[in-house]
Amino acid sequence: MSDLLVLRIVTKILMPFILLFALYVQFHGDYGPGGGFQAGVIFGAGFILYGLVYGLDALRGVLSSDVLRAGFAIGLLIFAGVGVAGLLLGGNYLDYNVLASDPVKGQHLGILLIEFGVGLTVASVMISIFYYFAGRGR
Amino acid sequence: MNEAINIVILLFMAVAVIGIVRSRNLFVVVMLTGIYSLLAATIFVILDAVDVAFTEAAVGAGISTVLFLGTLALTTSEEKKPVHNAWISLAVVAVTGAVLIYGTLDMPRYGDPAAPANHHVIPEYLEAGPEKTGVPNVVTAVLASYRGYDTLGEVTVIFTAGIGVVLLLGHWRAHRRRDERTEEEA
Repeated sequence: MSDLLVLRIVTKILMPFILLFALYVQFHGDYGPGGGFQAGVIFGAGFILYGLVYGLDALRGVLSSDVLRAGFAIGLLIFAGVGVAGLLLGGNYLDYNVLASDPVKGQHLGILLIEFGVGLTVASVMISIFYYFAGRGR
Repeated sequence: MNEAINIVILLFMAVAVIGIVRSRNLFVVVMLTGIYSLLAATIFVILDAVDVAFTEAAVGAGISTVLFLGTLALTTSEEKKPVHNAWISLAVVAVTGAVLIYGTLDMPRYGDPAAPANHHVIPEYLEAGPEKTGVPNVVTAVLASYRGYDTLGEVTVIFTAGIGVVLLLGHWRAHRRRDERTEEEA
């Protein structure tokens, strides 16, 4: 953990904004630049910043490595699951048209869901990699 | 105007690369690679590829730099003197670079309306994309809907990278913990 008071306070103040910005990038990706990949990285960067300043044990208290491991599997499963849902509803794999009554609404829903899956996987993998790299030195 | 900005940024990138090659201090090298990625992101913005620029800035300049620094904390921040001949490396790099530049001579000019990329499926995506998917950002529409398979593949790659790190480094931790426990019992 860093002893520098300024660094710790600034991190604490910045954290909610970083996470909020990540969520904005995630869900505004349909309208502007952004999407699951970028949002996942920003979300992960927020937690990595927290881990750098407050130490790995504090980060482990917020997000255990079991949760992260589940996170990156669930993210991929959501993506693949949306594809299977398309199959079950009578369309092709990853065809979002059949997900809702109206094809455009289906597309919107499908894109939102798979972007969420992408974001979850990317964020969990980024934090995990940091976890294991930083954890080795001790 | 754009030309001048491009030249300045590319010049900065070249300077950063020369710095990376010449510096023996790996901390300096990591910082310079971060700067290089940020400059590349600026180039992407000028090329109107905002989504790519966003990713480059977040991954190349952000996360990679942190992971490099994490690695430096485990190893050392001073590079060893090379044992091989630098002139051979320079010759190989120069020849590879020349071949790559020769390859670009056949490519259509940037923004050429007759380029194959602007004729194949792109016009359809641009015209029908927003109505068919209900998503105004065409990049997202292509990435998530038209090219859903590719994106699924990309996410699988990231997932595999995560699994790889967990298996290689996570096992090592569990192993060490078990060793400590057996030592305590003994």
